[in-house]
Amino acid sequence: MAKLRVPVGPDDHVQGPAAAPITLVEYGDYECPHCGHAYPMIKALQKRSGKQLRFAFRNFPLREIHPYAEAAAETAEFAATHGKFWEMHDLIFENQNSLSEQMLGDLAQRLTLDRQALTEALASGTFAERVRRDFSGGARSGVNGTPTFFINGQRHDGDFELVTLRQAINKAGGK
Amino acid sequence: MSNVLPAGTPAPDFTLHATPDQTLALKGLRGRPVILAFYPADWSPVCGDQMALYNEVLPEFQRFNAELLGISVDGVWCHAAFSRDRKLHFPLLADFEPKGGVAKLYGVFRDGEGIAERALFVIDKNGTIRWSYCSPIAVNPGADGILEALENLPK
Repeated sequence: MAKLRVPVGPDDHVQGPAAAPITLVEYGDYECPHCGHAYPMIKALQKRSGKQLRFAFRNFPLREIHPYAEAAAETAEFAATHGKFWEMHDLIFENQNSLSEQMLGDLAQRLTLDRQALTEALASGTFAERVRRDFSGGARSGVNGTPTFFINGQRHDGDFELVTLRQAINKAGGK
Repeated sequence: MSNVLPAGTPAPDFTLHATPDQTLALKGLRGRPVILAFYPADWSPVCGDQMALYNEVLPEFQRFNAELLGISVDGVWCHAAFSRDRKLHFPLLADFEPKGGVAKLYGVFRDGEGIAERALFVIDKNGTIRWSYCSPIAVNPGADGILEALENLPK
């Protein structure tokens, strides 16, 4: 059974309390339709589980099959440096079907971020290393497609429908 | 489950087509580690299937100077189309004639179905298998086992 090699740490984008009994880590790709499908599942799961659940999102862009996945990941990292990672993460998934560099710029503007600064960051790959680090840790942890979830450090090999995830979380000792 | 050749076994040599007009011999790669990734078939319908995943992880493999070879019983033209569609940057070998001949040599052919297992081999620079793994056929094994095996190769 594949295990998470990089524990959730200060570098991560995290929702929920550090002391939560369950830590769910997603390796995701903003352009992957399966990740798009999982997005509302995670929201529902967070709503139900409340303080029982800590959720971290890490980048695993499949760049060859998803041409905007890398730019989207770097855009979310750009937003993160302005304290708006989750706002951007959510906006990208909610607009997944119309991804483009133009659209990422529009989303930045909507979050009152500097559009020009984003364009420059994407052009110079300012956040490429950050994204690569996530990817590399994922590859070493046995990420085998997107999305891949880890529940308390163990890879979740089932599907990611709400009921399946809830069962897996219950089994891991959460509610 | 098949009798997968274990670590310590000399890797059986083979020559297979990598493109319609080029062949590739395993022993031609001596001097650097080789990853052999047998898989059942081209055109797996899922996002980020095994070959697409390895395509993305390629830079990590290359840090070990390792050569990645995908192998299935699909023919050269099928591989060419699949490889182009998925923008793969590593060779896919056609274990097509005799069908599954190389998969049989490595103990990873599924007789009833006529396809290869999802089986991985890491071969060291001298041509000895250093790690092998056969995944349940429906489970994409990921790249963690390969990366760990490469890390553990003697320098």
